[in-house]
Amino acid sequence: MNAANDLFLVLPELVLLAGGCALLVADLYAKSEARRASYLLAQATLAASAAATLFVLWGTGGALAYAFHGLYVADVLAHVLKLAACGAVSAALVYSRRYLLDRGLWRGEFLALLLFALLGMAVMMSAASFLTLYLGLELLSLCLYALVALQRDSAAATEAAMKYFVLGALASGLLLYGLSMLYGATGSLALTEVARQVGLAVRGGTQQTFLVFGLVFVVAGIAFKLGVVPFHMWIPDVYQGAPTAITLVIGSAPKLAAFAMAVRLLVNGLLELAADWQQMLAILAVLSMALGNLAAIAQTNLKRMLAYSTIAHMGFMLLGLLSGVVGGNWLNAADAYAAAMFYTLVYVAMSLGAFGVLLLLSTRGVECETLDDMKGLNRRSPWTAFLVLLLMFSLAGVPPTAGFYAKFAVISAAVNAGQVGLAVFAVLFSLVGAFYYLRIVKLMYFDEPAGASAVPQDRGARMLLSANGLALLAVGLLPQPLMGLCFVAIKSL
Amino acid sequence: MLLSLAIWIPIVAGLAVLATGDDRNAPLARTLALVGALLGFLVTIPLYTGFDVGDPGFQFVEKAAWIPQFNIHYHLGVDGISLWFVLLNAFVTVLVVIAGWSVIEARVAQYFAAFLVMSGLLNGVFSALDAVLFYVFFEATLIPMFIIIGVWGGPNRVYAAVKFFLYTLFGSLLMLVALLYLYNKSGGSFSIPDWWNLPLPLGTQMVLFFGFLFAFAIKVPMWPVHTWLPDAHTEAPTGSSVVLAAILLKLGAYGFVRFTLPILPDASRELAWLMIALSLVAVVYIGLVALVQTDMKRLIAYSSISHMGFVTLGFFLFNAWGVEGALVQMISHGFVSAALFLCVGVLYDRMHTRMIADYGGVVNTMPKFASFMMLFALANCGLPATSGFVGEFLVIMGATKVNGWIAAAAASTLVLGAAYTLWMYKRVIFGAVANERVARLKDLNARELLVLGLLAAAVLAMGVYPLPFTEVMHGSVNELLRHVALPKT
Repeated sequence: MNAANDLFLVLPELVLLAGGCALLVADLYAKSEARRASYLLAQATLAASAAATLFVLWGTGGALAYAFHGLYVADVLAHVLKLAACGAVSAALVYSRRYLLDRGLWRGEFLALLLFALLGMAVMMSAASFLTLYLGLELLSLCLYALVALQRDSAAATEAAMKYFVLGALASGLLLYGLSMLYGATGSLALTEVARQVGLAVRGGTQQTFLVFGLVFVVAGIAFKLGVVPFHMWIPDVYQGAPTAITLVIGSAPKLAAFAMAVRLLVNGLLELAADWQQMLAILAVLSMALGNLAAIAQTNLKRMLAYSTIAHMGFMLLGLLSGVVGGNWLNAADAYAAAMFYTLVYVAMSLGAFGVLLLLSTRGVECETLDDMKGLNRRSPWTAFLVLLLMFSLAGVPPTAGFYAKFAVISAAVNAGQVGLAVFAVLFSLVGAFYYLRIVKLMYFDEPAGASAVPQDRGARMLLSANGLALLAVGLLPQPLMGLCFVAIKSL
Repeated sequence: MLLSLAIWIPIVAGLAVLATGDDRNAPLARTLALVGALLGFLVTIPLYTGFDVGDPGFQFVEKAAWIPQFNIHYHLGVDGISLWFVLLNAFVTVLVVIAGWSVIEARVAQYFAAFLVMSGLLNGVFSALDAVLFYVFFEATLIPMFIIIGVWGGPNRVYAAVKFFLYTLFGSLLMLVALLYLYNKSGGSFSIPDWWNLPLPLGTQMVLFFGFLFAFAIKVPMWPVHTWLPDAHTEAPTGSSVVLAAILLKLGAYGFVRFTLPILPDASRELAWLMIALSLVAVVYIGLVALVQTDMKRLIAYSSISHMGFVTLGFFLFNAWGVEGALVQMISHGFVSAALFLCVGVLYDRMHTRMIADYGGVVNTMPKFASFMMLFALANCGLPATSGFVGEFLVIMGATKVNGWIAAAAASTLVLGAAYTLWMYKRVIFGAVANERVARLKDLNARELLVLGLLAAAVLAMGVYPLPFTEVMHGSVNELLRHVALPKT
C-alpha cells in the first residue's frame, strides 16, 4: 500500500472536497443573486467527480481495491452508485435552480452543503469499515439537517429540521450502539474481518446472542435512513415541511447511500447472519408496503403523498435484500441484491422526476403541492402531462416503464427465495399504490384546469424532465443494460 | 418480421399522430391515423395467405434475446388460434378510425394515437410466446384504454375508467406472481411453449389455476367479476366500446387457451365444473339482466358478458367442438358486438341519448340503418346464416357430448338472446315515430354505410361459409386438446 495508490482510489472524494471548499470561497465574491459562477462551479465539480470515478474504474479495471489500510474500498458497486449519485445531485441542481431563485434561497450554502452531502454519500458507498461508514453517514446527515432548515423564516421547515435532527441523532446513536456491540463481539472495525469473525462464530456454534443483539440496532439504524416502518415517522413531516427543492435532494441521492449502507453492513459484513436479518427486513418490508400505500391514499398534499409512496417503495426494495440467502444457500444472492439495487436506481430516477415536476409547476409565490394543482395539466401542457403520466405509471409499476421491471425483479427474487406469500402481499399492495398514482393521471387528463396558469418557462428543467421521463420509458423497453450493470456491481462485492 | 410489423406499425403511426399536436392539425392527424391503420391491416393479410394450415405449431416465429438477465426473449409467433385475433384486431382498428373520423372533435390527435398504440399492443398480446412479453403487452393496453374512457367518455367516465383499471390490474398482478412461480419451477424459462411440457403436481396446479383465473376471468369478464364492464362500456366513447367488446374481452379468453388449459390441464379438468357453472350463470343470469336494461349500451354490454359465457363454457368441455365453437364465437362476437356498438353510436351521435325510451319508430326516418341493425340484432340472437349461429351451435353440440343438462342450459341463450335483442330492436326501431327528435333523424352517411357494410359482409360471410375460419384452427385446437388430455402430475 503506497500513499499514491490510496490517493488515486479516493480521487472522486478528493475532487468533491476540493470543489466544495473552492465553492465556499468563490461564492463570497458572487455579485448577482443568480450566482452563475457558483452554479457552474458546482456542476463542474460534479462532472469532475463523475469523471474521476470513471478514471478510477478504468485504472483498477473494476477489480476490488482497498485504501488506507482497509478503511476504504473501491469496487464496481461503489463506482456505479457514485456515478448515479453525482447524476442525481446534478439533476437536483438543474430542477431546483429557478425554484430556489424565486424564493431567495439560491445561496452559496445550498450548493456547498449539497456537495458536502454528496461527499458523505461517496464515503458511505466506499466504506470498508464501521468507522468510515459512520463518518460518511454523519457528514451526509448534518448537511441534510442544515439543508432542511435553509428556509429560516418558515415555521414548517424549521419544525421539520428539528424533527429530522432529533430523530436522526437518535438513529445514529442506535446504529453506533449496534456497531460497538459488533466491535465488541468480533474485535474489529473492518468489514472483512468482521465478516470472518462472524462466520467463525456462526459455524463454530458459539453463543450468537451478542451478535444478534448488535444486529438489531444496526438494522434499526439502516431502517431509519431508508425510512421504512416503524422508523418512518420523520419522512412525511420532513418531505412536506422542507422546501420542495430540498425534498427533492433528500428523496433522491441519499436513498442510494442508504442502500449502500445496507449492502455494506448486512451483505459485506454480516452475511453469515442473513437468516436473522432477513426476518427483520421481512417485517419492515411488510409494514412499509402496507402503511406506506394505505396512508398515501388519504393524502391531499402531493409532497406528503410522495413521502408515503417513498416508504412503500423502500419496502419493495427490501424484498430484494431479504431474498438473497435461502436456508444457508447463497445461489440466488447476487440476483436478489442486484434486483434491490436496480429498484433503488430506478426509484431515484422516478423520485427525481416526480419532485422535479412539482418544482417545474411551482411559480413565484405559488407552490405546486396539492392534488388540485395537477388538475387539467393536459390542457395546460400536454407534453408535461405525458411525462408525468410516464412517471406515475412507472411509480405504479405498470409496463412498459422502468418501474415495472423494478417490481418484477424484486418480486421474482422473492418467489425464487420461496417467499410466495410475501410476493402476493407485495403485488396486492402495489395495486393499492396504483390507486393514488392513477388519481394524479386522472386529475391531469380528465379534469378541467382550476386556474389558467401556464406552465413556467424553464428550458433546462423542462429538457431534463423530458430526458428523465423518456429514460424511464427507455429502461422499460430495454432494461437489460441497467440490470446487467447492477448484477456486475453486486458480483464485485 | 410480419408480426413485428403488425405490432410496431400501429404504434409508430400512433406516435406520429400524437406528434401532430393540437386540434389545428386535426385533418392531418385523421389522415395519418387512417394510413397507419390501413398499413397495419395490410401487413396482417400475408399472415393469413401465408399460413400453413397443416402445421399445428407456431408460424412466423421471431426470437431474439431481450433481457438475458432473466432469460426473457422477444419471442413472437401465431398458431391457428391466435391468427384470427391478430386479423380481427387490425380490421377493427381500421373501422374504429373511420367511425371516429368526424365524431371526435376535441383532442383528435390524442384519441387516434391512443387507438393505434392500443392496436399494436393487442397484436403483441396475441402473438407473444414469452410470458413476460405477453404480460408487458397485456398490461400496457390498460394505459391507452384508461385514457380513452376517462377523456372521451360519458358523464360518469372517471368512475368507470378507474374501476376498469384497478379491476383488471388486480387480476394481472396475481398472474404476475403465477408467471414468476412458473419461471422458478421451470428452471428459468419464460417461454410459454416450454411451460406446456412442465410437470406440476395437482396441488400446485390448483393454486396457479386461481392465480391465472383472476386475471383472465376479470378480463373476459366472467360472472361474478363482470361488474366493471357495463360501467366501462356505458361511459366509453363508441370507438372504445367497439375495441373493448371486439378485442379486449378476447384477451381473457385467449389467456385460458394459451396458459390455463395447456399448462394446468389437470387442474382445469378438476375445476371444470366450477368454470362450467360460472359460464352457465353468465349465460342465463346475465341474459336475464340484459332483458331489463333501459340503456342500449348497457344492454349490449350485458349481452357481451352472456356471449362470453358461451366462450368459457366451450373451452372447459374439452372437446374439439366446444373449443372450436368457442373460438368461432369469439371472432363472431368481435364482429357482432362491434357492429351493435357502432349502431348505438350512430344513434347517439344524432340524439345524444342511449336510453331506449327516447327512441321509437326510427325505421321511418332511417330505413337503411334499420335494415343493418336488423341483421346485427339477428346475428346477436344466433340466427342461422349469420356468424353468431356457427359458434353457438358448435358449443351446444360440444355440451351435448358432455351432459345434456349443460347443453339445455346453454341453449336457453338462444331464447334469452332473441328476447333481449329483438325486444330492444322493436322498441327502438319499430312503432310510430316517438318524438320530434326522432322525426328529424337523418339516415346513414357514406362513412357509416361503409363501416356497417364491411361488418355486415363479415358477419354474413362467416355465417354462410365458416370453413376458412375453422380450417386454420383445426390443427392447433387438436394440438391443444392433446396437451390437455396428457396428465402432467
